[in-house]
Amino acid sequence: MTTALLDFLTALALAPLLPGVIARVKALFAGRQGPPLLQAYFDLCKLLRKSGVYSTATTWIFRAGPIVACASVVAALALTPAAGRTALISFPADFVLLAYLLACGRFFTVLAALDTGSSFEGMGASREVHYAALGEPALLLGLLALARQTGTMSLPSLLGRASPLAPEAALVGAALFIVLLCENARIPFDDPNTHLELTMIHEAMVLDHGGVDLALIHYGSWLKLWLWSALLAGVLMPVALKTIVTPVPLVGVTGVLAVALGIGVVESCIARLRLLRVPHLLATALALAAVAFILGVR
Amino acid sequence: MMDGVVDRLMVLLILSDVALLGMSRLGAVIGLAALQGALLGGLALSASGETSRAVLLAAVGLSVRGLLFPWLLRRTARRAGVQRDLEPFVGYALSLLIGIVMLGASMALGARLPLGRAGVSNLVVPAALFTMFTGVFLIVARRKALTQCVGYLVLENGIYGFGAASVGEIPLLVELGALLDLFVAVLVMGVAVYRITAEFDHMDTQRLDALRG
Repeated sequence: MTTALLDFLTALALAPLLPGVIARVKALFAGRQGPPLLQAYFDLCKLLRKSGVYSTATTWIFRAGPIVACASVVAALALTPAAGRTALISFPADFVLLAYLLACGRFFTVLAALDTGSSFEGMGASREVHYAALGEPALLLGLLALARQTGTMSLPSLLGRASPLAPEAALVGAALFIVLLCENARIPFDDPNTHLELTMIHEAMVLDHGGVDLALIHYGSWLKLWLWSALLAGVLMPVALKTIVTPVPLVGVTGVLAVALGIGVVESCIARLRLLRVPHLLATALALAAVAFILGVR
Repeated sequence: MMDGVVDRLMVLLILSDVALLGMSRLGAVIGLAALQGALLGGLALSASGETSRAVLLAAVGLSVRGLLFPWLLRRTARRAGVQRDLEPFVGYALSLLIGIVMLGASMALGARLPLGRAGVSNLVVPAALFTMFTGVFLIVARRKALTQCVGYLVLENGIYGFGAASVGEIPLLVELGALLDLFVAVLVMGVAVYRITAEFDHMDTQRLDALRG
């Protein structure tokens, strides 16, 4: 329990490090120096000192959006085990709650975006929901395949026993990585560095937020990146490594940072997809998860 | 241990089918069909043991399926100047979803059909069935004559895998005859596709329907 609490607090404290790591890897590939590793913390401090500006056209939903979004990710993080360890809260089939907590956060972000009445944000909201509808089945099918393979139903034991040498887990890992890139608005799906471009998804929804609200939104999205990276690290970390190093603290952190490195490499190597091709890639993730599931059911 | 190897080969075969359903680039599609040939060569080897006859058959099969056919098809693609199968009858994302259904169906069928020999991984029959379904689907759902030709090859790959699973030792003469048939078929199809492109500047089979008259 204490290790789980420690992991949870580590995640809360270190999540803003991930965008820094990814930016550093990308800078390395591009031969630039890149922003400081702690840039996200600086941004957070800057935003927290500012007060929000609210349009008179918006209602309480606009103000509630960032809070609910961030809170639901924190709740989801409490369910997520760091590779091969226990989670703060766990019970059979807790991954369903995890998926729905993530969906709840997304729902309120989308509502807040629609509440502004801006057509631009409406477009972003529409895209976000469209892609989420394709990504969520892949996540659930993948976790179900792992549940079937390991014969357990709660996330910690499911991730703790998943062996990447089994074809199912490798397939689920690939599927989850694709969905991770989509859910966290990373490059083949969305470029987190572009602003005011017609193809952006996540950033388009938060254009009217500022100050503390924006800080909450950013912090929530970094936590979400941490959560997904921890899930993926749990699937892909070899069982031997999990059992040997489980007692050592910060193992989860290494796994998460390794995933962040992977994201940075992927972002440096490929360009963003055309918007129309995005559903195709998500369908690929769904197909991989489904193959893993069918192989497991056999 | 051997069973684990066959299992992994079959998982790769299933994945190559899924990739075939989701890819539009002709070069990649041809390469995947060749990869399937290599995987089936591995299956034949591990299914019938490493006798010199089996090694010879696998080597011949591999060189025809994995090297000769891709070379012929690539040459045709290059001469016809096509790179992608754009606008297929069934879109690529939908193809993938249909593929999942086909995989489920072949798993269910494979579990009911008592065809697999004892001692062979129970994944071989479903994987072979899925490969056959994929081949037929490619022939039906794609527009370009060359992709349909690849679909025919994939179908044949599935049949071959099916044979390896249910019979094991295929007689040498039958195997060589089948390969020769295939070779002639691919050669003729290649020539036909080339002629179609030379004559009509495209290889869209849909538009060939309107030629009667």
